[in-house]
Amino acid sequence: MLARPGLPSFDYVRAGALDEVPRLLEEHGEAARLLMGGTDLFVRMRDGFICPQIVVDVKHLPGMRDIWYDEQAGLTIGAAATMNEVARHPDVQAHYPLLAEAANSVASYPLRNRATMGGNLCNGSPAADTAPATLLLEGRIVLYGPNPSTSSGQCGEREVPADEFFLGPGATAMQPGELMTAVRFPVPPAGSAGRYLKLGRNKAGDLAIAGVAVFGFPDGTTSGYRFRIGLASVASVPLRAREAEELLAASPPGEEPFALAAEKAMEAAAPIDDVRASAAYRKAMVRALTLRALREVWAQMK
Amino acid sequence: MANHSITITVNGGRDRLDVPSNLTLLQLLREKLALTGTKNGCAAGECGACTILMNGEPVNSCMVLAVEADGAEIVTVEGLADDGQLTPMQEAFVEHNAVQCGFCTPGVLISAHALLKRNPHPTEDEIKLALVGNLCRCTGYLRIIQAVQTAAENGILSSSKEGDA
Repeated sequence: MLARPGLPSFDYVRAGALDEVPRLLEEHGEAARLLMGGTDLFVRMRDGFICPQIVVDVKHLPGMRDIWYDEQAGLTIGAAATMNEVARHPDVQAHYPLLAEAANSVASYPLRNRATMGGNLCNGSPAADTAPATLLLEGRIVLYGPNPSTSSGQCGEREVPADEFFLGPGATAMQPGELMTAVRFPVPPAGSAGRYLKLGRNKAGDLAIAGVAVFGFPDGTTSGYRFRIGLASVASVPLRAREAEELLAASPPGEEPFALAAEKAMEAAAPIDDVRASAAYRKAMVRALTLRALREVWAQMK
Repeated sequence: MANHSITITVNGGRDRLDVPSNLTLLQLLREKLALTGTKNGCAAGECGACTILMNGEPVNSCMVLAVEADGAEIVTVEGLADDGQLTPMQEAFVEHNAVQCGFCTPGVLISAHALLKRNPHPTEDEIKLALVGNLCRCTGYLRIIQAVQTAAENGILSSSKEGDA
């Protein structure tokens, strides 16, 4: 990869209205790409992986950068909200600290002024730092585009639950002609706590070698508590370690169930060898990080 | 390829320019405005050599299109010193020998100025986190961190041109 400062040739279009976007996307097909923060798009364009002829900037559409919380409805984050905006928002910090922590772990402060929530989720990288938190907090991705259910040719909105959104490396449930407008989170359960532990090659700034999110809350299970475990960068998609979660629902919280759950989480991971780490190391780190995160979340909840 | 007419304020001076779609803000600054203090290091938003302030916040200018900066207020390293008078931060860098080859320095200064603006008394860890996106191959960061600490201790932030947005 050469550090060429320039970008290949393309046309930039700023969408003025929401319904312009599906029209533009359908008109240009594969030659069009959506632009949010550009922090993934421009890198891939410079490397020659994609060569769009038209880039559609959707950041300025009404509501795209809004973050708002309602005690009944929960949290709505516009797709163009930046990582820093999410991380420092008082309502996110107060009610969804796991998400704030995840957003704050991305890259560096200047990059977080451009990288967006929508871009992080829709890029479909298994390493997306906000993906595990989005899974654990039961986020619903809001997509706007051609609405197959109406067949009237009208565009409309649909919601995709986070655990149905990620389909493979670079692949999401987004259909041609769609754009993401927001992600919505329900009000979190009372007494909940969460941590996102991200392991990189350095203490901060790197892509995740392994990212583990744990979210716990009191619940009517056998153990009296429920823990959700989300993993990034250790499989073809960000995923939940369901068997580990079930184990924890059955046994009262403590060092032994945590250790067993960490083993189960490790089994749920199916990582690859790549430039950042080996698969074996990633698996071992899932176990270590899951155990650490469970202990920390439990300490916060007690 | 489409051209766009943009209005941009750089270091306090407003310009109206025609830019092609694919021109980055970094290229605009260096090639159209001859502000070569800001550098290209990685062209991927990872090294921070291209860091500038856009509407008061540090961004990697290699990852912003010039057309996206329409209407924005930009401050580059050239806009920090006031008529040759170095800011206390810049003086601290000189005092601490925090500059070797100087390539990372413009970006580091911008990030450091922005840090003290939002957090006037950062801990050492907070300084490190704020500078994570500014890579330096020469200094090992130690003197950079010390310079930022000195600037923070002195309590005087910067010249008025820094951009109060």
